Amino acid sequence: MKRSKNKNRNKIRIGGGAGFSGDRVDSAVELAAKAEIDYIILECLAERTVALGNLIKTREPEKGYSDTLPARIRALLPVCLPKGVRIISNMGSANPLAAAQRTYEIARELGFPEMGVAVVLGDNVLDIIKNKPELILLESGETLESILPRIISANAYMGADAIVPALETGQEVVLTGRVADPSLFLAPMLHEFNWSYNDYKLLAQGTVAGHLLECAGQLTGGYFADPGIKNVPDLARLGFPYADVTKKGEVTLGKTPDTGGRLDVMTCTEQLLYEIHDPSRYITPDCVLDITDVQFRQKARDYVSAFGAIALPRTDSYKVSVGYMDGYIGEGQISYGGPNAITRAHLAGKIVIERLKNRNFDYLEIHKDFIGIDSLHGKASPLSEPYEVRLRLAARCRDKIAANAVGEEVEALLTNGPAGGGGFFRQTKELVAIQSVLLPRHLIKPNIHIIGK
Amino acid sequence: MSIKVYDIAHCRAGDKGRTVNISVIAFDETGFHHLQQHLTPKKVAEDFFPIAEGPVSRYELPKLKAFNFVIENVRGGGVTVSLFQDIHGKTLSYLMLAIVLPDN
Repeated sequence: MKRSKNKNRNKIRIGGGAGFSGDRVDSAVELAAKAEIDYIILECLAERTVALGNLIKTREPEKGYSDTLPARIRALLPVCLPKGVRIISNMGSANPLAAAQRTYEIARELGFPEMGVAVVLGDNVLDIIKNKPELILLESGETLESILPRIISANAYMGADAIVPALETGQEVVLTGRVADPSLFLAPMLHEFNWSYNDYKLLAQGTVAGHLLECAGQLTGGYFADPGIKNVPDLARLGFPYADVTKKGEVTLGKTPDTGGRLDVMTCTEQLLYEIHDPSRYITPDCVLDITDVQFRQKARDYVSAFGAIALPRTDSYKVSVGYMDGYIGEGQISYGGPNAITRAHLAGKIVIERLKNRNFDYLEIHKDFIGIDSLHGKASPLSEPYEVRLRLAARCRDKIAANAVGEEVEALLTNGPAGGGGFFRQTKELVAIQSVLLPRHLIKPNIHIIGK
Repeated sequence: MSIKVYDIAHCRAGDKGRTVNISVIAFDETGFHHLQQHLTPKKVAEDFFPIAEGPVSRYELPKLKAFNFVIENVRGGGVTVSLFQDIHGKTLSYLMLAIVLPDN
């Protein structure tokens, strides 16, 4: 039995069930179980994740979707399906079809063989941009040609209009690759309320709701607590947020009942400005949002209305995130404590760099910092003299052997460095870098594929 | 006499590549006007110079008693290639809060 489309509803409740791929599954389950939501949105794709997924897919063709998908789906389906809560997620990442297949397998194992998944495709534009070396990279200002041989992925940030046809199929789960985060939330509003792309006020309110919910717990007291200054009650049991959205575009934010956290004007304001540049021109694939005059009003405990967003029409292009191989990063860390710890750590850093130089490795950049002193704010840090300090050396290079050598030389400090070093750690990472290009809208053609019954 | 931004406001930082944005939200109207007068883009650019070359833009949202600072050209190449420990610059909200301002 497919869920009826409920096209006559005047109000829906949309939950923010994940704000990144490592987000807490328990809070999402609690949201779906206790908050009477109609949709749960799981936003799990950081800027670089699709590129990494594509890299994995070239090595293992059945992978490349979010690696937390199985656990998340397994936990949520038994709660969502009986209640009719539909799941929308970008966990498809670089391989939405394989993600849907895996989701369907899990559904069958759990005893829901009648369930289906609608897959949103079309964001992968690698073949298109490979034939357009003249495109300008927004970050470096160079042409795409400068990185062409090293490109591993190109994905357009599609809008809510790409997701709506998937919702119209009636499938319980909708999986996408790259779409803009707020669009995941705007899609069910367009679907339920038949909003058009000329209703700028409605698009603005819907996009604001999506933007506020897209980091889940960051709206309800997560990433907010500063004990004594900004207290958050029962942070351990942080509850995830939802938005009540009406057909007229009224947005009110709420939090899973009987959970920890707080939802008020302060938490909402922090999240409203999160990752925003010019507040009057926040560009999404659905509109150009202006939040300058947004206001919040506390209607009840943990229940806040948001109003005042406006928008201009969407632009005629899509932003495309281009992933490319950019060498390696090698890293090593070691700690020193007690008398003269900082001087010993400085000596350790100096000799590792000298030894790497003597081995004739070529680094694009070597970075040395002292955790506990200056590793976060660099030269802006005030002078301090802690009891213990951790040396951290990281270097970027084209060559994996040179990258490994950074960790090797830090490790070698154990017997060849200053006295009393311990707690050693090393790693080498393959570096996937990201830049962006703009592609004309007409080149991107979203389409839908269904897996399951 | 001096005060810290920390005494009159709260902040959250986010990143997009080589640009970091930091919101500064005053606890009350008095604080907002104090920040408006003293936490200028120039002041922030100076205090963040070891971290970012700039420029620094300041957007005002008076209805929220808030400012949004956009700090460009963060040193170290941005989130995807940075060698920094905090590649996203998320801890930079507390560098903003540590800025010292004159007390009127």
